[in-house]
Amino acid sequence: MHSRHPNECTTVKRVSASRLKSGAAVRGAIGVAAFLVAGEVIGRIGIVARNYLPPTSDVLAALWRLLADEGFGTDVLVTTGNWLLGLTTAVAIGVPLGLLLGSVPMLNEISRLVVEFLRPIPSVALIPLAVLIFGTGTQMRVFVMTFAAIWPILFNTIYGLMEVDPLAKETARSYGSGRLGVALRVSLPSAAPFVLTGVRLAAAIALILEVTAELFGGGGRGIGTVISVAIYGSGQKDVVLAATLVAGMLGLLANLALEYGGRRGLVWAHQPGGVQ
Amino acid sequence: MRTVLARWVVLAGLVAVWELVTRRADNPYFPRPSVIAEVIHERWLSGPPSHLFLTDAVSDDVLPSLVRLLSGWGIAAVFGITLGVALGRSGLLADFLAPVLHFLRAVPPPALLPVFIVLIGLGSTMQLAVITFGVIWPILLNAADGARSVPATQVDTARTFRVSRTQWLLGVVLPSASPKIFAGLRISLSLSLILMVISEQVGSSNGLGRSLLDAQREFSLRSMWAVIVLLGVLGYLLNSALLAVERRLLRWHLGSRGQLADIT
Repeated sequence: MHSRHPNECTTVKRVSASRLKSGAAVRGAIGVAAFLVAGEVIGRIGIVARNYLPPTSDVLAALWRLLADEGFGTDVLVTTGNWLLGLTTAVAIGVPLGLLLGSVPMLNEISRLVVEFLRPIPSVALIPLAVLIFGTGTQMRVFVMTFAAIWPILFNTIYGLMEVDPLAKETARSYGSGRLGVALRVSLPSAAPFVLTGVRLAAAIALILEVTAELFGGGGRGIGTVISVAIYGSGQKDVVLAATLVAGMLGLLANLALEYGGRRGLVWAHQPGGVQ
Repeated sequence: MRTVLARWVVLAGLVAVWELVTRRADNPYFPRPSVIAEVIHERWLSGPPSHLFLTDAVSDDVLPSLVRLLSGWGIAAVFGITLGVALGRSGLLADFLAPVLHFLRAVPPPALLPVFIVLIGLGSTMQLAVITFGVIWPILLNAADGARSVPATQVDTARTFRVSRTQWLLGVVLPSASPKIFAGLRISLSLSLILMVISEQVGSSNGLGRSLLDAQREFSLRSMWAVIVLLGVLGYLLNSALLAVERRLLRWHLGSRGQLADIT
């Protein structure tokens, strides 16, 4: 593992940006290929039994069978639908609450202890309770997702509001904007990149919780249900890994979409804000 | 001082409202907080004074969980920071690994639980592996981000003075990346709590996750709530401890920035 010494980085800087970018894509593809080949080799040479860790080709074959299966399409749709519902709920509660706490610092100060006790409660620990109260369906999953995903949205919104340039606010005020006008025309646009970072983090967390709730909550359909059936029913590790691959791809796609949407939609922001 | 007092007053007020509402509703799914506190006291805090009032159940439920959580998180920190700094300072390495790392980060760790179980078998090693794999990504990506963005003046200064490789890494890159690294460590700490519970729910004979599973099987809502509240308190204490360490280690940074971005 080599760290770049300051004396060595000059050459890299001179390479033109576009060449650097295509080079990065090629190297990224090489990395992915190496990862897949390593999976194939480890699966075949028998360090571990083949039905424990199937080689890449078996997993890809299982993935192909899954994708051809109409039922699996329904599972992916159920997972995606619940996930979006959970994320939307978290945004619908987290953003207004963040705007309130961020614009009234006193409220933020005195509610902090309550938040600090609630936030660390692992949402998976709530699954058994939520199953008893809501059953195993969508309601339970949305509750668990919302509880976990709301925090990054809340904190990034509050943080975004604290970072608003006071000069911009004063300027708007002296041009006659009221409290609401300043909030809508200055504070919200300037905090938007932070909110988006929060939503991006929340999307990843919500997906983890949706799949976990399907795995542990039982019942219903979804990618997690496919995984749990493959473990406890047939013991097919290739199906487990293939379904996991699909879940990972969903997360990756959502992250890319939110990043791209943020860059296109929030052109005034030079860079994504907030804390990763 | 007054805001600290106000925070506790608000917390106490909410607990009082919770008590009143649950007392009135009298719903078995929502036991009163006073009942939950009683369960917690009986189970974990009614030991002899020589054991600091902790019962034997503490060494059965709480201690194993804490050890797992802290070791898993510690291992993830060592590997995450090392690999992250390497990625941040070597654009080539980052190019090769970025897509794979982003994919691995997006995989829901609980879905890998069955894979870890068959590979490693049930037991503490499996739990450590699950926790480490699940929490390493925020540390790694934050460390890479922090190491990548060493201010140009510092890079130039280090170059001018021809500092040695060790000095460059330990004296310039690490300190400059440390605020980001700590942000990653804090996110990972809350994630560790989640993965600890998940990993203990399959194939563990002790720990809080196991207690939760037992409570679920016995339909004991009181114990379930007791474990949940205890997890909240544990999380609060761990997070406060980490914040205290961060405040101490990053004092120089706070001095230059005025305040700590206490938001993750």
